[in-house]
Formats: sequence, C-alpha cells, structure tokens
Amino acid sequence: MAALTDLTIAAARRGLAAKEFSARDLTQAHVDAMAKARGLNAFITETPAQALEMAGESDRRLAEGDAGALEGIPLAIKDLFCTKGVQTTAGSKILTGFVPPYESTVSQNLWNAGAVMLGKTNLDEFAMGSSNMTSAFGGVKNPWRRKGEARDLVPGGSSGGSAAAVAARIAMGATATDTGGSIRQPAAFCGVVGIKPTYGRCSRWGIVAFASSLDQAGPITRDVHDAAIMMRAMASYDAKDSTSVPRDVPDYEAALGKSIKGLRFGIPREYRLDGMSPEIEKLWEQGIAWLREAGAEPVDISLPHTKYALPTYYIVAPAEASSNLARYDGVRFGLRVPGNSIEELYENTRGAGFGAEVRRRILIGTYVLSAGYYDAYYLKAQQVRALIARDFTEAYKRCDVILTPTAPSAAFAMGEKMDDPVAMYLNDVFTVTVNLAGLPGISLPAGLSNEGLPLGLQLIGRAFDEETLFTVSHVLERAAGFTARPGA
Amino acid sequence: MITGRTGDWEIVIGLEVHAQVVSQAKLFSGAPTAFGAEPNTQVSFVDAGFPGMLPVINRVCVEQAIRTGLGLNAVINEVSIFDRKNYFYPDLPSGYQISQYKRPIVSEGWIDIDLPDGETKRVGIERLHLEQDAGKSIHDQHPQKTYIDLNRAGVALMEIVSKPELRSPEEAGAYLRKIRTLVRYLGSCDGNMDEGSLRCDANVSVRKPGAELGTRCEIKNVNSIRYVVQAIEYEARRQVEIIEDGGSIRQETRLFDNSKGVTRTMRSKEHAHDYRYFPDPDLLPLVLDPKLIAEIKAKLPELPDVKKARFVAEYKLSPYDASVLVAEQESAAFFEVVVQGRKDPKLAANWVIVELFGALNRLGKDIATSPISARQLAGMLDLLENNTISGRIAKDVFGFMIESGKDAATIVAQRGLVQVTDSGEIEAAIDKVIADNAAKVAEYRSGKPALFGWFVGQVMKSTGGKANPAAVNEILKKKLAG
Repeated sequence: MAALTDLTIAAARRGLAAKEFSARDLTQAHVDAMAKARGLNAFITETPAQALEMAGESDRRLAEGDAGALEGIPLAIKDLFCTKGVQTTAGSKILTGFVPPYESTVSQNLWNAGAVMLGKTNLDEFAMGSSNMTSAFGGVKNPWRRKGEARDLVPGGSSGGSAAAVAARIAMGATATDTGGSIRQPAAFCGVVGIKPTYGRCSRWGIVAFASSLDQAGPITRDVHDAAIMMRAMASYDAKDSTSVPRDVPDYEAALGKSIKGLRFGIPREYRLDGMSPEIEKLWEQGIAWLREAGAEPVDISLPHTKYALPTYYIVAPAEASSNLARYDGVRFGLRVPGNSIEELYENTRGAGFGAEVRRRILIGTYVLSAGYYDAYYLKAQQVRALIARDFTEAYKRCDVILTPTAPSAAFAMGEKMDDPVAMYLNDVFTVTVNLAGLPGISLPAGLSNEGLPLGLQLIGRAFDEETLFTVSHVLERAAGFTARPGA
Repeated sequence: MITGRTGDWEIVIGLEVHAQVVSQAKLFSGAPTAFGAEPNTQVSFVDAGFPGMLPVINRVCVEQAIRTGLGLNAVINEVSIFDRKNYFYPDLPSGYQISQYKRPIVSEGWIDIDLPDGETKRVGIERLHLEQDAGKSIHDQHPQKTYIDLNRAGVALMEIVSKPELRSPEEAGAYLRKIRTLVRYLGSCDGNMDEGSLRCDANVSVRKPGAELGTRCEIKNVNSIRYVVQAIEYEARRQVEIIEDGGSIRQETRLFDNSKGVTRTMRSKEHAHDYRYFPDPDLLPLVLDPKLIAEIKAKLPELPDVKKARFVAEYKLSPYDASVLVAEQESAAFFEVVVQGRKDPKLAANWVIVELFGALNRLGKDIATSPISARQLAGMLDLLENNTISGRIAKDVFGFMIESGKDAATIVAQRGLVQVTDSGEIEAAIDKVIADNAAKVAEYRSGKPALFGWFVGQVMKSTGGKANPAAVNEILKKKLAG
C-alpha cells in the first residue's frame, strides 16, 4: 500500500470507508510529515493536538455511519481564514496575538463535512504577493527544485504555504484565496491543482479581507477529483456575506468523466505575449492538442482589453486594500506600539506592523482614491473592469471555456524579482482578468519545464459554470498524465 | 435679516439633521441599539471592525428611510449605493464609515414649516441618506488615556439635508421642530435630542440681499433646537462683523459652545479630511422593489400637515392652535378624544393647549405622562357644557384633577362644587350684595355702568364661584336697574 500521505482525498475516503486505516492513522501520518517538513516554512501555526482530536471525532462518526463528505481528511488552512481559538495572522506582524473568537464560514463548512485541521499555512502578508516572500514569518520554500540545483525556489503566492503543503504531501488539500491569481499561480508553481470559483460562490465571511470585490476562496489539491470534492464542501450561500450568491452548489464530482466532444474552447490571441518563454508556448500548444484529441474544437477569440488588466487590477485592489486595512490601528486587537498621541499610536503601530509591500499598496490605494485623482484612476479602472468583463461575455458567445497558461514562467528563486515590483506583478498577467471579471478559473499541472519544474495550464469558465472547468480539466489531467513529484 | 453698520444682511442657512433610526438592531449588524447600556455591551464583531467581518443591511432601517422620505414628499430612489467614507478615529473601528455619497436612497423633497406670523414656508430637502453612527470617545476618565464606547458604533442614522433655503435662526428652529414632528409621527426616529437621537449641523453664510452666496461655515453637532437658533444667531453676527471690518470669511468647521453662547473654530478647510469615498465593495447596490415603496406609502399615518388642515376644517380651529396640537401625535390624539361629540371644539382646544399644556409644563411632564387622561378631561368639559360647573369652578376642578388624578365628577361631588343655577338662591345672594353696598348701587345707578363687573364679582365671591354666571348677569342687571 502507498504511504498514507500519498493518497488523494478520494482514495483516502475509500480507505477510511473500507476501514483500511483510521482517521487518526491518516492524521498522524500527516502530522508527522508536517513536523518533518518544517524546513519548508509552509505553516505559521501547527495544530497537531487539535488535528488528532478532530480525527478521533471522525473515527467515531465513521464508526457510527455518520461520515461527512470530508470525514477524517487532514487539511491545511491558509492563515487568512479566521479560525476560532487558533491564532490568525494574515502573514502580518500587525495581527500579533490575534485569536479570532469566530470561525470563517468556509472553514466551518469543512469542519461540518468532517475535515481535520492540521494548521495554518504561510502566505504573503495580507495575501499581497506572488512569491510568499512578503510574509512577516519568512518565505516558504517550494518543495520543487530545478534539476541539479540546490537553490530554493518560491512556491508562488499568496497561497504559497497551502500549495507547498499539498505538493509536499503534508496536507491532502488546503484552503486558499485568490484575489489576482493567489490560488492558481502557486498551484502552477508547485505542480498541484487550484481552483478559484466564481465570485460569490464561497462566503468571504471570516476571511481577512484584501480586496473585497476580487477575493474568493478555493481549494488547492493534488488532483482535479479532489478539487471537486473539496470545492463542493467549501462553497455555500451565506447570508452573512452580502456578495455571496444564493445558488445551489452542484455535485462537482458528477462533472468528472464527461465527454467534451463538440465543446468549443477559446484561445485568446492577446495572451500570446511578446517574449513569452517558448516552453510556456509549447505547453499551451500541447494543451490545445490534448483537447482537440478529446473531440473539442479550438476557437480563436479576442479579449481586447487584456492589456489593461494589470494596471486596472493594481488600482482596484490597492484602493480596496487601503480601506480594508484601516482597521489595523492598534486600538482593539493585534499589535499596539504606543505613542504620545493617537496619531503617533497609529503611525508607530502601522509602521511597525506592516511590511514594505503592504505599505506600498496602502500608499497606492490611498493615492488613487484621493480627491482629484479618483476620477482619473479608480473610476477609470472600474470602467475598464467593466470592459474586461464584457470581453469575456462576448467571447463566451463563441466558446464554452477558455484555455491559457497559468503563469508566464515556472517558479523562480527566493529573492528574485524582489527589487522590481512590476516584474513581480507580471506573474498575475494571465490570472487577474479572471478576478476582475468575477469568473471561475482552474490551474492544473500539465508538464515540466526544461529545468524540471511544474508548469500549469489554466481554464477559465463562464460565471457559475465550475462544472465545465472540472469536466475539461479532468480530460486535460488524464491526457497530461502528470506524475512527477517534488524532491524525486 | 440682520442689520449691520453697512445695512441689512441676509442669512442663508442649510441644515443637516442626523436622525437615529428607530430599529432594534444596527444598520449592518444584529447588535442592539438601546440607549444607556453599559459601555461596550452592545457591540458585535462587525461593529468593532474585526478582521473578516462583513456588513449586512438591516431591512428595517431601509424601510424607515423610505417611510421618512415619503414623509418628506421626496423621491425614493430604487437604486442607491453605500460608500465608504475613510478617516482614522479611535471610535470609528473600521477606519471608514459606511454612508451614501453620490446615490442616496432619498432625494428631492420638501416640507412646510410654520412661521410665527401664522404663515407657512416651503423648504426644499436635498436628500436623505443612510449611514452608520460612530462610537463615543470619552476623554475625561483618565489623565492620559481616552476610553472608547462602541455601543453607538454602527447604529443607523438618517442624514436629512435641507437646501440652503432657510433665512433666519427662527426659520431654522421651525424647520427642526417640523422635522422632529415628522419623524416622530412616522416612528422612524424618537426625536430625543437629549439622548442624541436628533443632532444638527448648520451651514451658515451671510450676504447682502440679492448678492451672490457668501462663504459658509459649518457648525457641527448642535443638540438642541434652542442651541441651533443661538448658534446661527451668533455665527451670522460674527460673519457680518468680520465682513464689515473689511475681513473675509474662511470656510471652516466650527463648534458651538453652549455655555458661552459662541461658535469657535474646530478645523479649517486646509485641515479638512480627504474622505476618499468609494462604493463599499462588501455591499451590493441597494435595489428597492417599487411594491415595497407602495406598501409603505399605503401604511403611512396621517401626517402633521394633513392633520392640521383637517383640524382647521373640521373643528374650525385657528391654524396656530391646530399646529400646536398636531406638533406631537399624542397631543393631537389626546385632543381628538377630548373634542369628540363636543359643541365647542375651540373651547376643547383651549383647555388642551392653555390649561393642560400649561400644567404639564409646570410639572415637567409631557402628554404621555400626563396625570389625567383625555377621557377625564372630556368628562370635566361635559360638566362644564351641561352647566354642572361654571368656567371658574372648572379651573379649580382641573387643578384638583391634575393633583389627584381623580375624575371631575368625583371632585365636584366630594367638594360640593356643583354650580348654583337655582335662581332663588342666586337672587338671595344678589339681594344681600345690593343691601350691603348701597353706596356702590347709587354710584352705578347715577351713570357708572362699568361697576357692573364689580357686582358680578361680589356675587360670585359670596357664592364661592358656584353661581351660574349667565344667571347672575341676568338677575343682577334687572335688580340693579331697580
């Protein structure tokens, strides 16, 4: 039998049902893996005692025939989700000592389905970053390395801890959030699957906010099937989140294995960037070929406002962030650095509590919302955002799903691009449009770079049509036969 | 209009009224809103701005805003937007207030205000929007520290903005009274200025009649109608003096110091906040179903203007009396019980306005806590109308009623105050007065008819006020004629 930590969620579910092992066995194996892999720095907080206790409860429910959809499955939770009684940091010093007295809706949904919490994963501070290097708790190491190289690579960001933990077989799956690519890009960098569902599909209640109109939770798992299982458990309509959408959550597993014969998939010509790495180009062509072989038909489409997506994103997201992060003022929770006046207390606390990237984005956001600049920046960005969304609406008249690369490169080394924020922001070039349009997008590992690093393909769907994403990504997954694993 | 050294000046006033919405829960959270609770006991994690917390609009508050907008004869906007108004302050936990900026729920309305000369004036309403209240900073409990009470944080306010159409402090006072009356009728705000349920900012400028608008100053957070009148009065004179001395007005925010009766600078325009308004991404646009608006409209109570017109038409009251009675819904209802089936509505109005309100005022009570009920007052007026008691006795009976809370009939019976209408008894009393005052009688008969009143007084005195005044007049006139 394979090691318990090598099982997929689907396989573990079968094993638990067949009593081949207990939930405690499964959790213990992952708790051990977590301790062993501490060098990756994937976790900010480990909760092994709680994990084993929850696993015990799962065993009881399994014995009573009362198992939930994720009964006994050990998961990692991105440290942006508030977890009752467990420190929640958002990767920032400013939340030092903050222990939420409430549980986020998404994590509560998982516990209600019987899942087990291993701990809280590392992330870019307030989810602002594409490398996990902005975390106040230090960067996460990607479990993958370039062939024949010892240099540590980044896992991507902001859900780098979650992606690394899943890739390194510490957790069977992990929660993540995606504001501009924060689920899909680290999934691609770490060779795992990540889906950002349609905006409004998962409740944002209890998730530390970065940019409210873009933030969405989703799972990171080792394969598409597991993503379908986990996605269904995470999603729900939540009256506590006014932007959550009252729609039934379908059985995503039922979408797997369906034929895609006759399906039209769009290839956006604007995504063929000048100077794009040939291996990304080749992977994309390979993806097109696989879908074609499965009976689907490629359609050349245009998303003409793509070139404005990054600047639009880097106005909208910081604007919302500058306001969302105003509450971290040292008055009610988290870090407080005293001063001689309230202004000094604010300045001292926020100066000491926020890292450079967060400060940069607060400054940008404050600037673009200022009197005299609002119309030129924020208002204009919202208008462009509407055009970007319209591009997709137009495109979906001609196709059912869109295929693109997930990121313009494979994982880069820790420390790279740190002095050039614009180069760093370019990581999101294929993913931000999806957030701006509120659409679902999935990334799955589809091949290796020449250096032996995983590369991801992205599928973008119509709003609330995650099912098509699961159907098509499942086809791609089987065609790609991606079996490489880190550290091999 | 005020007169300065260089002639007359016109005062231009616009008011922003902050009315706390009557609702069990806050605007975006389920925390309770009761006044006077222990600090920080009515605070949800949403109100305290905790990470990951999200606002959810309270339907009741929206309905109250619609109701108020309808009462203001205003347009109810089927789509409105909540915006964030960003600024740092310890009693503003999220670092922003959720308000409505460019697209309020209500726009373009009007109210008629009652002026002292009995005329009414129509004043335009620019808008009404919903917003959150802030918490309270308490600075006087510790030498260095400021304490924060978040009970009020997140409570729903309606900000009602008038057009700059008020022209005197008195008009401003009348406007505020009218707004207060209206929201109390609608049940959308309790109008309690002492508890801060109704607060007012006043924008004041002065100009020569017919000239361009002058630079305005905003006086913040005045919490009584009297203070609003005083503050505007002071501020207008201050501005006139500055301009007449050759200076110019700086646009700024000022505070009213009610102990000294003056306004002083709070912050100048250069220090004004840049609030960085933008639509709150946690909230969808507020879209109202026209059916809901129609339902609320159908259920509106009779509003003060309509009630006043009805009182004038139905009871033939003067507009002034009618406006006094309708100022509070409870007073109007009280009056309508008292006046029911009565021949002389004017008399009933006088008893309510002069005697009852006078007594309540002396006792520091209001109509709701009145020691006598409307039925009791009606019972007394019945005795007056059927001549059981005289008008004079009625005042005494009323006094006893107020003191004891007893019915008029009981008091009249216990104290033997039944009016004497027996002409024999009255005749005897008159005869005695005439006999005892021969000199005065002679004087009267020699051509001083003005003494008649003195004789009436003597007769009433001797009968302890119980004699029927009409009978006294009639018999006395005959007897004095000789």
